[in-house]
Amino acid sequence: MQVTRRQFFRICAAGVGSSSLAALGFAPGEALAEVRAFKLARATETRNTCPYCSVGCGLLMYSLGDTSKNVRGRIFHIEGDPDHPVNRGTLCPKGAGLLDFVQSPNRLQHPEYRAPGSKAWTRISWDEAFDRIARLMKDDRDANFIARNAKGETVNRWTSTGFLAASASSNETGYLTHKVVRSMGVLGFDNQARV
Amino acid sequence: MTNHWVDIKNTDLVLIMGGNAAEAHPCGFKWVTEAKAHRKARLIVVDPRFTRSAAVSDFYAPIRAGTDIAFLGGVINYLLTNDRIHHEYVKHYTDMSFLVKDEFSFANGLFSGYDPETRKYDRSSWGYQIGADGYAVTDPALQHPRCVYQLMKAHYSRYTPEMVSTVCGTPQDAFLKVCEAIAETAAADRTMTIMYALGWTQHSVGSQMIRTGAMVQLLLGNIGVAGGGMNALRGHSNIQGLTDLGLLANLLPGYLTLAGDAEQDYQAYIAKRASKPLRPGQLSYWQNYAKFHVSLMKAWFGDAASASNDWCYDWLPKMDKGYDLLDVFEDMGQGKVNGYVCQGFNPLGSAPCKVKVSNSLSKLKFLVIIDPLATETSEFWQNHGEYNDVDPAKIQTEVFRLPSTCFAEEDGSLINSGRWLQWHWKAAEPPGEARSDQEIMAGLFLRIRALYEKEGGAFPEPILNLTWKHRIPAFPSPEELAKEFSGKALKDLTDPKDPGKVLVKAGEQLSAFAELRDDGSTSSGCWLFAGCWSEKGNLMARRDNADPFGIGQTLNWAYSWPANRRILYNRASCDPSGKPYDPTRKLIAWDAGAGKWGGADVPDFKIDSAPEEGMNPFIMNPEGVARFFAVDKMAEGPFPEHYEPFETPLAENPLSPQNPAVLSSPAARVFKDDWATFGKPDKFPYVGTTYRLTEHFHFWTKHARLNAILQPEQFVEIGEELAKEKGIRAGDHVRVRSNRGHIVAVAVVTRRLMTLDVAGRKTHTVGVPLHWGFMGLAKNGYLTNTLTPFVGDGNTQTPEFKAFLVDVEKV
Repeated sequence: MQVTRRQFFRICAAGVGSSSLAALGFAPGEALAEVRAFKLARATETRNTCPYCSVGCGLLMYSLGDTSKNVRGRIFHIEGDPDHPVNRGTLCPKGAGLLDFVQSPNRLQHPEYRAPGSKAWTRISWDEAFDRIARLMKDDRDANFIARNAKGETVNRWTSTGFLAASASSNETGYLTHKVVRSMGVLGFDNQARV
Repeated sequence: MTNHWVDIKNTDLVLIMGGNAAEAHPCGFKWVTEAKAHRKARLIVVDPRFTRSAAVSDFYAPIRAGTDIAFLGGVINYLLTNDRIHHEYVKHYTDMSFLVKDEFSFANGLFSGYDPETRKYDRSSWGYQIGADGYAVTDPALQHPRCVYQLMKAHYSRYTPEMVSTVCGTPQDAFLKVCEAIAETAAADRTMTIMYALGWTQHSVGSQMIRTGAMVQLLLGNIGVAGGGMNALRGHSNIQGLTDLGLLANLLPGYLTLAGDAEQDYQAYIAKRASKPLRPGQLSYWQNYAKFHVSLMKAWFGDAASASNDWCYDWLPKMDKGYDLLDVFEDMGQGKVNGYVCQGFNPLGSAPCKVKVSNSLSKLKFLVIIDPLATETSEFWQNHGEYNDVDPAKIQTEVFRLPSTCFAEEDGSLINSGRWLQWHWKAAEPPGEARSDQEIMAGLFLRIRALYEKEGGAFPEPILNLTWKHRIPAFPSPEELAKEFSGKALKDLTDPKDPGKVLVKAGEQLSAFAELRDDGSTSSGCWLFAGCWSEKGNLMARRDNADPFGIGQTLNWAYSWPANRRILYNRASCDPSGKPYDPTRKLIAWDAGAGKWGGADVPDFKIDSAPEEGMNPFIMNPEGVARFFAVDKMAEGPFPEHYEPFETPLAENPLSPQNPAVLSSPAARVFKDDWATFGKPDKFPYVGTTYRLTEHFHFWTKHARLNAILQPEQFVEIGEELAKEKGIRAGDHVRVRSNRGHIVAVAVVTRRLMTLDVAGRKTHTVGVPLHWGFMGLAKNGYLTNTLTPFVGDGNTQTPEFKAFLVDVEKV
């Protein structure tokens, strides 16, 4: 049976598995016209790992957009990394939905502020946010820092402000966070491992 | 995990208990399938629910939530009574032969030293007898009445099959069937892996549940071998890494610990942690504590840390009490906390007793949220109808919400359950103005530092001297940070045996933690990771998946702590003479010709210590062996004892019915006002338990459209018998109440939750999946932790989410 490339695609579209056809020797002949280029062919492939559970499945992420000044890269497909020794190309129902996490409409877009007693957020700039938070933290630390306890022992702690770190942030973020938080003397410091 | 995901394929028996890998860790569970298909391994699941793990198991045994110590204590009793243990392993590699102090005792459900006022133990009697030579006294014949073996045998003799069935509700024949299967792995050529997760950690006696599991594995000789181990399936992608990096109230990176107030002397602080060997010829690796600590202080404080100021010892805060999450929310509720920062953490959803957490947050002056998503915590002040019924006008907290990047928009490393540090790469820019966590931490820190430079203030030294040698100070790069925690030489490191020979040149990255020094000549922000970024480059980014020995040890894939070792305690896979117990699953062996250990893994041992030298495999312990007797390390006692959850359907602890003080853990911390929040079985007769679903991840995936479509609406699972009693049909809306609040959800009536016979009465379980909330794309729902009690494990303070009391009614 001779099939053209187009007929071959039509047969496949009719529901017959192309791989089993090919195995039986029905490979398509020479292409007469290009139907459509694979989208992945011009995508950038980036390796990552799943941010959900602790299996640490390898991911392949496909994005479009070069590094031009006015172009924002956009991920349009995520799948399991077949080279990864643990997941061998597979993903679970959680990981299979990762693209919708990256592109969730509930991703935060810009810094926001909610004033005491207010019912709404207001948009602020990063500088405003950092300046205000730094002021609040420093004032609280200066007012409540405990250099010595009642016995006169050196304790150098700040207990009136606490910090909760993440569960999926990188080691690099975790290390930097720990370093900064402890340098200020914070003890009320945990990450999601506590729960 | 002592082992790793792929290694599960090497097992003969999988015990899933306190976890549900098929649904919560699906791609890891594939290795269970692999073991079943290719090794004819069997799978046993012990769980309150007939989970999807149970659905593909060879045998399922039901258990009442919160009674795992009773079950596993029964297994220990079975193994000891029937002498189904790995004799050589237990004799040489555990503390079975060690003699315990005469003052140690156990009676009425309590160990020696209990103070009911403080609900704490004086642990001084929980120790070994020490001989005149300074070493622990042993009886290798295991006959001495004070040896660990005899004490343990007596302790667990109370955990009979009848008792297990009474406490757990597991039918006796099912329990014995599990025992028999487990006992088969005492043979040297058989092994079992235990896979557990939050189903064990989230109990008031969670740590002791895990210990009991580890004790079973030690009796069988299943620790340190391929296909064996105690395998904690961590809940999130980098919980392992953030724990290793010490982001917990009392820790420093690499499981170094903060000092208490009384520890004013630096040398004493080090000496207490640098344990000397308790038996002759043992390594006791923590003797190197000072090297790890000084290298950390050099990484953080650079030139400011010197021998003359005890490496800035005074700059580290000292602990006067606990500062864990529950403790902080308690203090916050009392108005003692003014500011709080939540970086990728949603405590309104993830902490117990929502009403208490919400009230506490309302007392803050300021709350800072750093997150990629709009979390419930960030809107705790906002009225979301029945799901978050608060009055914003009454909440005076200032709230900041800062958008951060997600995994796809950053470079960096995460550590999976198998302890693999795996590097990942950025593929896209974040939405809007979102910034990386590192930029955000830098933004905050640099402004605070600038304020201290300008204005001075309380103890500014650690802030002003914190090392910050980044090319772009406002954006410390992942590469720079990874190199910093891996570590480098600050001066030329010379060979102690040959001072003329330079081993590592100043400025070079170190290749291993063995190179660390305590004289300030090395710097490493986390000794445990030392070598992950060496002069060879970023080893976390390695991608060679070759498995040259055919047992799943891909040593050139990523980097595994410690020292790229894939299976912890692997020296124990060999007999005392250095030969593998099971040659078909060889990990390492002693090579007499070469005079060193080697094989398919990096030896977890002193590489050149010949078997004749008598060094034992558990090199981190001063004993050199594994402990059945936990000495003074655990809050509740040296041997795990069953205590009921704080909310229990029982009126007494069947193991100590005469003592009401030991109904629940006598050593768990309960805050004064929380006692009244616990429910009693007369009003809340059913056992509630929380869990994850296959289609959702925590509170995140309700923001992802695909997952929101897959599981759109909140539901609870109710057994058929209870549903019939209550007139509830599948699809009805039901209200589930605890003494702290209620949720309303769709009822799924199922045979997956069976009615158990516990202490002569029927016990029903209500299953409460945890994924819904008042933010996201799924249908809004109640936060599950509205129901859960504010009490944690006595050691870790991990909340008791897995066993509490509820009532249920049709709406």
